[in-house]
Amino acid sequence: MLSNNPTHDLKVGRLSITAPSPNSDGQSLVALHNVGVNRDGRWLVRGIDINVRRGEIVTLVGPNGSGKSTTAKVALGIIKPDEGSVERDPGLRVGYVPQKFEIESMLPLTVTRLLNLTARHSKNDIAEALEMVGASEHVSSRVQSLSGGEFQRVMMARAMLRKPDLLVLDEPAQGVDFSGEIALYDLIKDIRNQTQCGVLLISHDLHLVMAETDTVVCLNGHVCCTGSPQAVSESAEYRELFGARAVEGLAVYQHHHDHTHLPDGKVKHSDGSITDHCHPDDGHHHD
Amino acid sequence: MIDDFFVRALLAGIGIAIIAGPLGCFVVWRRMAYSGDTMAHSALLGVALGYFFGINIELGVLIVGVGIALLLLFLERDGRLPRDALLGVLSHSTLAIGLVIMALMTSLNFDLMHLLTGDILSVTKFDLMVIYSAGALILVGIIWLWRSLLAATVNEEMAIAEGMKPEIAQAGFLILMALLIAIAIKIVGILLITSLLIIPAATARRLITSPEQMAIAASLIGVVAVCGGLFSSYEFDTPTGPSIVVAALGLFILSHLISMNVKNRN
Repeated sequence: MLSNNPTHDLKVGRLSITAPSPNSDGQSLVALHNVGVNRDGRWLVRGIDINVRRGEIVTLVGPNGSGKSTTAKVALGIIKPDEGSVERDPGLRVGYVPQKFEIESMLPLTVTRLLNLTARHSKNDIAEALEMVGASEHVSSRVQSLSGGEFQRVMMARAMLRKPDLLVLDEPAQGVDFSGEIALYDLIKDIRNQTQCGVLLISHDLHLVMAETDTVVCLNGHVCCTGSPQAVSESAEYRELFGARAVEGLAVYQHHHDHTHLPDGKVKHSDGSITDHCHPDDGHHHD
Repeated sequence: MIDDFFVRALLAGIGIAIIAGPLGCFVVWRRMAYSGDTMAHSALLGVALGYFFGINIELGVLIVGVGIALLLLFLERDGRLPRDALLGVLSHSTLAIGLVIMALMTSLNFDLMHLLTGDILSVTKFDLMVIYSAGALILVGIIWLWRSLLAATVNEEMAIAEGMKPEIAQAGFLILMALLIAIAIKIVGILLITSLLIIPAATARRLITSPEQMAIAASLIGVVAVCGGLFSSYEFDTPTGPSIVVAALGLFILSHLISMNVKNRN
């Protein structure tokens, strides 16, 4: 468990404010120390240690009811922990995309108004953010008319507009099809690379968690294991929790998509050449 | 002109309708119709206690209304009883206790019907002053709370994460509701107050595209309903409060017919 691991060192984050540590690329944005949340005498999570640094993507994985959302809400300050402490960078700006939710149909709300909900943004900024997530055509659509994937992308644009230091995404791929899911994870990577924000991502499995994840935290009421995606997938705790199939699944995402299928059935390769079929040495594809 | 009872009734009704617009929108968006009813029913207890302690009736209603609002907030957080059942218990028990206390005070001699369905034609200049000053206060309050209430209506946890205080906004909103109910009892009565909140807002929904437009449209629709109800009650000698609600219902049906027609043509 994390708390027993002497190499996991929260002091790194604190020190980096004065002297950058060689072990981390950024300052600590939010750190949970031995956090526990108790409801009606039952511990939803306990002994949670998590640290998200600037420019780092931390992914929480775990089965349903393992406390992923609870942990994220503690990091966001929505839930006060009953034990342990939360250290948040003062003045931390947060972008939060909650788990899929419905907006009351009686509430007349366009995408632009939704983006301006808690702070006003310029037309240009809004257009830019929507373009980045590929939802430009929905700038004045009713939010209730969007599909699940479109709504998630709009929510992502909304979080982006806040120019967050920390982006928290709770199962952003819910209700999104497979290729949409890959596009979504690519988008998260782009956002991180462009803004150098820290990302706390929640996912119900490791299958598609992108290779860009720096740290995976495997939860099941407590931290089962933590480390790089590769290390976590090879750990006994992870195999026990998800079974061997999940480990095989993890291998899938590490193939690179070096070609795309065109509408006429031909294949465009990464070097720009177009052929009728995939080559045997092409990377994994998912059609 | 203000000496005319009909003009005073008109001014009072218009004032209440304007305030009810934006508040009613939140009642509809947050699905608080039953909460509104509960607070309105508790007003009868407020009236009874007002008489009992010999204080101003509106003040009695306000105090009981705020009490019920805070009790609701507290018990909902507690979460031991489902919201629906909780409201059912509070709504009818406050109504019943109010009626019992009134029956016990045998010295009292007033028309219960007026409390239940309103007595807009007896509005005094003092009532008008109370309605417009309290109304201004409510409008300032709702504008102040608007952004955080709206954010919390979309997603409460997102609002908290982004630094808003939805719990305070929610408590503030319920207090504004209690204030509105206190000054509106005379206009449409305890049983019909919620309709003046919900029907104009639901009518406005068909016609507009932004939350702010919906609030303004709801106010205007409420004003039209008040005028229509008052004039028809004068014309056909029907009870005024119910006539206003019937007029509002007419506008509601009309807006649905119009929007259905527009959709069919597209």
